[in-house]
Amino acid sequence: MNAPVASPARPPAIELAGVTCSYGDRIVLENVSFTVQPAEIFFIIGGSGCGKSTLLRHLIGLKQPVKGSVKYSGRDFTAAAARERKELLRTFGVLYQGAALWSSMTLRENVTLPLELLTNIGRKEREEIAVLKLAQVGLAGYEDYFPAEISGGMKKRAGLARALALDPAIVFFDEPSAGLDPITSLKLDELVKEIRDTLGTTIVIVSHELASIFDLADRVIMLDRTVRGIIAEGEPKALRDHSPDARVQEFLNRRLDPLQQQTLPDLS
Amino acid sequence: MNETPPPACAHLSREGKTLVMKLGGDWRMTEPHPVWEYVMTGTRPARVVLRADGLGTWDSSLALFLRAARVWSGKHGVELVEEGLPKEAGKLADLLARKPVVTATRTGLPNLFTAVGQASVKLWAETKDIAHLVGECLFSVVRFFRGQAQFRWQDCFSEMQECGAMALPIVGLISFLTGVTMAYTGAIVLRQYGGDIYVADLVGLAVVREMGPMMTAVVLAGRTGAAFAAMLGNMKANEEIDALETLGVSPVDFLVMPRIGALLVMMPLLALYSNCLGIIGGLCISRSLLDIPASLYWSETKSIVDLSDINTGLIKAATFGILIGVAGCWRGLQADRSAAGVGQAATSAVVTGILLIVVADSIYAVIFNMLGW
Repeated sequence: MNAPVASPARPPAIELAGVTCSYGDRIVLENVSFTVQPAEIFFIIGGSGCGKSTLLRHLIGLKQPVKGSVKYSGRDFTAAAARERKELLRTFGVLYQGAALWSSMTLRENVTLPLELLTNIGRKEREEIAVLKLAQVGLAGYEDYFPAEISGGMKKRAGLARALALDPAIVFFDEPSAGLDPITSLKLDELVKEIRDTLGTTIVIVSHELASIFDLADRVIMLDRTVRGIIAEGEPKALRDHSPDARVQEFLNRRLDPLQQQTLPDLS
Repeated sequence: MNETPPPACAHLSREGKTLVMKLGGDWRMTEPHPVWEYVMTGTRPARVVLRADGLGTWDSSLALFLRAARVWSGKHGVELVEEGLPKEAGKLADLLARKPVVTATRTGLPNLFTAVGQASVKLWAETKDIAHLVGECLFSVVRFFRGQAQFRWQDCFSEMQECGAMALPIVGLISFLTGVTMAYTGAIVLRQYGGDIYVADLVGLAVVREMGPMMTAVVLAGRTGAAFAAMLGNMKANEEIDALETLGVSPVDFLVMPRIGALLVMMPLLALYSNCLGIIGGLCISRSLLDIPASLYWSETKSIVDLSDINTGLIKAATFGILIGVAGCWRGLQADRSAAGVGQAATSAVVTGILLIVVADSIYAVIFNMLGW
C-alpha cells in the first residue's frame, strides 16, 4: 500500500461512472466520470457554485447520486448493502472545511472515538494510536486540549488526525486552506504530501487554492456550472499552459478573459 | 481481488543468542496482529533481529509494534536490529519517541482558594458587564425620548407578537393549571374548617399578587429570554453585531431596546391574562370539587382582590419583563463566537432570568409590605 505511484494491476482507488447529482429537481452535476489512482493526490477544482462540494458529498456518501455509480477499489459504493457500505465508509477519512471536531471532547477523544465505535481495538492501543496520529500531524503534547483551546490551523490538523485514525486508504479534504494564512496552509500541504508518501494514502482535495493545486496535485479535474460537469482533466501545469479552454486558462492563470473584462465596470 | 490477504505474523527463531523475528503478512490495525509484549513473553535474548519476510501492506499497527520493540529493547538493554523494514514505518515509530515540541501544558484543577478567587473575579467582571449594559440601556432610553435612538419599531412589533401573542397558549395552560393546583391544595385544609368558600380568596389573592406574574415570567424566561440570547449569540458569532458597530449603529439601540420594550409592554398584558386563567382554574375546581356556585366564587374573589393587588402584580410583571429582556440580551451579547457558546448563552439566559425574577420578587415583597399595599 505504500507505493506512491499508480499501479495498473490494482483497481482505481475511486471510479465514478456517469454520476448525476441533484438537489431536488435542480441538477447540479450531470454524467460525471473520472478515476483516481491509488496514492494519487487528486484535486477537484472550479469556481464558486460549480458543484465541487456537492460532488464531495456524493463521494463520501452524504448524498446519493441520482444516476451512475461510485466505486472504491472496484467495490460499488452506491449499490452497496448497508453492511458493505459501512465497511467501505471505514476505508476513507474526511477533513471537513471547519475541521468539525467534537467540541465537548479533547483532541485525544476526538481521535479515539472512531476507533472505539468502529473497531475492536483495546483502550491502550487506541490511546497509542491517538498519540501517534496527533504526533503525525504535529500536535504531540496537545492530546488533552479541547478544540476551543487551539488555533484554526491546529484544528485543521487535529481534524486530519481524526480522519487518519482508521488508517484509511483514501482521505478527502474539503477546502483545507480555507481560513488559513499562507504559511499554515503551506504546512498543511506539506503534511498532506507526507501522509501520501508515508502511508501511500490516496488524497482527494476540493479546493480553489492555486498555490496548493500547483504544489500538490498529481492530477485535477475542473468543474464548470454552465456545463454541469467536467471541462478539463489532467496535470495542473499542463492544463495551465496548454488547455484550449479559456475558462481553464482564466482559472489556473488567475486572470480574466479580455472579452469578459470589457463587461466589468471601470473601478479606476 | 476478493482473496483474503495473509494475516500479520511474527515468526521467531533462534540463531545462538540472537532472536530472529520475521514479520510477514498484511498488518492491519483492524485485524488481529502480533503484540510485542505477548510475542516476547518469557524470552530474554541478548540480541533481537526484526526482519521483514513476506511483509505485505501495513499501517499504524506495524509502527506501534516497532515502537514497542524499541522501548522494550532500550529498557532491557537488548540490542535491536531492524532489517528490511519499511523506513516509513520506522519514521512513524520515531514520531512517538520524539519529545513534544510544545511546552504548553494544561493546568490541573485549581485548589479551593484559587477556585474561589477565580469565581469572585468572574462574578465581579459579570456584575460590571451587566451594569454596563444597564447603563447603556438607560442612555438609549434618553436617546429614544430625544428622538436620537436608532430604534426599529418594526422589530419591536414583531418581538411583541413573538413574545406576547405567540406565548398565549403556553402561558394560558400553565396559569390555568396553577389555579387548579392551588384550589386543590387550599381545599384540603379549608374544607376541614368548613371554609370552602375561602378557596376563592386564596386563589384570587395568590394568583393576582404572586403566581400570575411569576408563572408568566418563568415561562417567558425559558421561552423568550433563551430565544433572545440564542439570536444575539448567533448574530455575534456571524459578526453581524460587529457589522452594526462599524456602521456606527449602537447594538443596544438597534437590538436590545426593541426586545426589552416588547417585553415591557407584553409582560403586564400576559400577567393580566394569566390572572384570569388562574382564577378560572380555581373556579373550575371549586365548582366540581367543592360545589361552590360560580357566582358565589366570583363575588368572593371580587371582595378580596382590589385594584392595589392587581397593580402590584402588574408592576412586578413589567419589572420581570425588563429583567428577562436584559438577561437574555446580556447573555447573548457576551456569548462566545461558536455553536457551543450560543447554546451556553441560551442556558445562562434562562438561569440568570429566573434568578433575577426571584430576587426582584423578594425585594418587591418587602417594599409592598412597607407601603402597606
